[in-house]
Amino acid sequence: MKAIAATFLAATSLALMTQGASAQAGSKTLDLIKQKGSLTCGTNTGLAGFGLPDDKGNWTGLDVDLCRGIASAIFNDPTKVKYIPLSAKDRFTALQSGEIDVLARNGTWTQSREAELGLLWVGVNYYDGQGFLVRKKLNIASALELNGASVCVQQGTTTELNMSDFFRTKGMKYEAVAFADINEAVKAYDSGRCDAYTTDASGLYGSRLKLVNPDEHIVLPEIISKEPLGPAVRQGDDQWFNLVKWTHYAMINAEELGVTKANVDDMLKSPNPEIKRLLGVEGDFGKGLGLSKDWAYRIIKHVGNYGEAFNRNVGEGSPLKIKRGLNALWSAGGIQYAPPVR
Amino acid sequence: MSLDAARERPSSSFLYNPQIRGLFWQAVLIIIVGFLGYEAVINAATNMRARGIPTDFSFWDRVASFDINLTLISYSATSTYGRAFLVGLLNTLLVAVIGVVFATVLGFFIGIARLSKNFVVAKLASFYVEIMRNTPLLLQLLFIYNAVLKPLPNPRDSISFGAGFYLNNRGLVMPDPQFAPGAGFILAAGLAGIVGSILYKIYAKRRQAQTGEILPVARVSAALILLPPLMAYFLAGQPVSFEMPFLRGFNFVGGVRVLPEFVALVLGLSIYTAAFIAEIVRAGILAVSHGQTEAAQSLGLSRSQTLKLVIIPQAQRVIVPPLTNQFLALTKNSSLAVFIGYPDLVQVFAGTVLNQTGAAVQVIAITMAVYLVISLITAFIMNLYNRRMALVER
Repeated sequence: MKAIAATFLAATSLALMTQGASAQAGSKTLDLIKQKGSLTCGTNTGLAGFGLPDDKGNWTGLDVDLCRGIASAIFNDPTKVKYIPLSAKDRFTALQSGEIDVLARNGTWTQSREAELGLLWVGVNYYDGQGFLVRKKLNIASALELNGASVCVQQGTTTELNMSDFFRTKGMKYEAVAFADINEAVKAYDSGRCDAYTTDASGLYGSRLKLVNPDEHIVLPEIISKEPLGPAVRQGDDQWFNLVKWTHYAMINAEELGVTKANVDDMLKSPNPEIKRLLGVEGDFGKGLGLSKDWAYRIIKHVGNYGEAFNRNVGEGSPLKIKRGLNALWSAGGIQYAPPVR
Repeated sequence: MSLDAARERPSSSFLYNPQIRGLFWQAVLIIIVGFLGYEAVINAATNMRARGIPTDFSFWDRVASFDINLTLISYSATSTYGRAFLVGLLNTLLVAVIGVVFATVLGFFIGIARLSKNFVVAKLASFYVEIMRNTPLLLQLLFIYNAVLKPLPNPRDSISFGAGFYLNNRGLVMPDPQFAPGAGFILAAGLAGIVGSILYKIYAKRRQAQTGEILPVARVSAALILLPPLMAYFLAGQPVSFEMPFLRGFNFVGGVRVLPEFVALVLGLSIYTAAFIAEIVRAGILAVSHGQTEAAQSLGLSRSQTLKLVIIPQAQRVIVPPLTNQFLALTKNSSLAVFIGYPDLVQVFAGTVLNQTGAAVQVIAITMAVYLVISLITAFIMNLYNRRMALVER
């Protein structure tokens, strides 16, 4: 009943609020956010490293840092964000209906989600791939040995579809046990209802921390899909799309230029013209985004650059200890690459 | 008569005719409501189209490419979304029908137990009713699923009941009956046995009315229903064999498996609804005046005969209408399946299909229509039954 009510609410609000949304197509999401005084950001219901409230109730994570970055750019205050935790199956409806301004919820960028759901991905803040988490005592070393296994999964994800493709192409049988909520899915796996739990590899490391005995579980080496994760916005507001996209790029550019949260004030005096442009010392690159010219300075001052956010949330500085890998800068052997501020 | 009345009325403008005025305002109301509805639909469709969100039902025939772990009809990841809808619908109906049967039986027993003269039985029953009625259903479902079913052992350490029955945290595994040609005879024999037992009951009733002799209906019926299929089974050369489940790899292969999610949902729904049904049954029985019991006893009927022949038939008139509500509530509550991973209509269709296709409005509209139709059909059947039970006024 509750689920029906929630989805029905979402659908009605979609039907009714689209009226408001179409009226705002001419005006901008940005103006509405300034009016409200805060950014409304759709986050995960609880995934370590990406979106999770800490013991004081503050949201933390790589996705959350992007929301904080956007709020910093607009309000010069990273706390002016209202977080709406969303399950995988409700997230796109929430964005379509205008309930949230940006969806920063480790969502995979796919063709159909842009072509059919009316959304746009602004970029990739984490290059990921799908993997499997199993118990060590099963003694299996490869996902190819999962024939006949029961696999817990969160429904409404690309994961659910990739898994089906994977088992079908390998000619293996399996049982998919789908849950609406990620926490229920992990709990079901932990209690032994499933032999394996599957999601994006980064999520597996995050979820493993929540298990009763994390050390009794391993992530299998196979990565069975491409999962470019990133924030998404509604179609129809290019300025807002640009603002979110360049918040993401500003953080990557800052890392590339060596601008950090700690040294950003010193960097204002840097002779490097690229840094001068980024921090708004030279030229005004914020205007076209509807922001002040020190927009990127604010982001870095409050949140830090991409490398710092990565390290703090999912990398060596976090319990997840995930290597940069594909997510290193292009200049350091990865594929994170941002167009220049110019 | 009406013509005379019209002629007698003082002639005045039809504007002052109360009947016409009434019709006018009703028409205005209908137009306003219709217009609002129309505007809402058109507005939503226009806005959805403007954002590239699908507004049609073309997704219905597209390949679903996700799997479902309980399918009553053949389904695979290469089936269509339409097929996935059917799978979800059947799973919902399965839970609803079985839940309704369990809840009714359990509810009747608890309701009668609450009126028991035995202090312990009556208190236990009211304890049950109070606990179940006053805690949220979702909580009960999660409790049954997480605390009762999931601690079961993994497949390798299954609890074995012998004869191919195993219980583990993947569910209850049972032998799968395989029907060879000739199995039809067993079914036919079974049906014949049922018809025979009904005829015998009619005969016994007439016999009792004529001579007062009471025939052993229960024992004869049991024999009539059980023996013919059994004989047919051996005469047709044992056409039913059982595919035994065996442990291979992660889980049992072969046999049929009852999912723990299914068990949790059926148990949760029927235990919860039974508490309400128990109260309805109790109220119904109390509504039958005590004089009826006294009259029955003075005729020499035993306590159980009094209950069966005098009290319950009269209580049913009071019980059936609110019982219908409980059946509808149980069916609708089955959508809580999403929280424990049972693939019902809401989980499969309003969950995964909605999310994969993005057709939120269409999918929710279909889902609501389906629940509406199920509820209306249930109510219709129960109303028919109620009409038969109701007091016939002469």
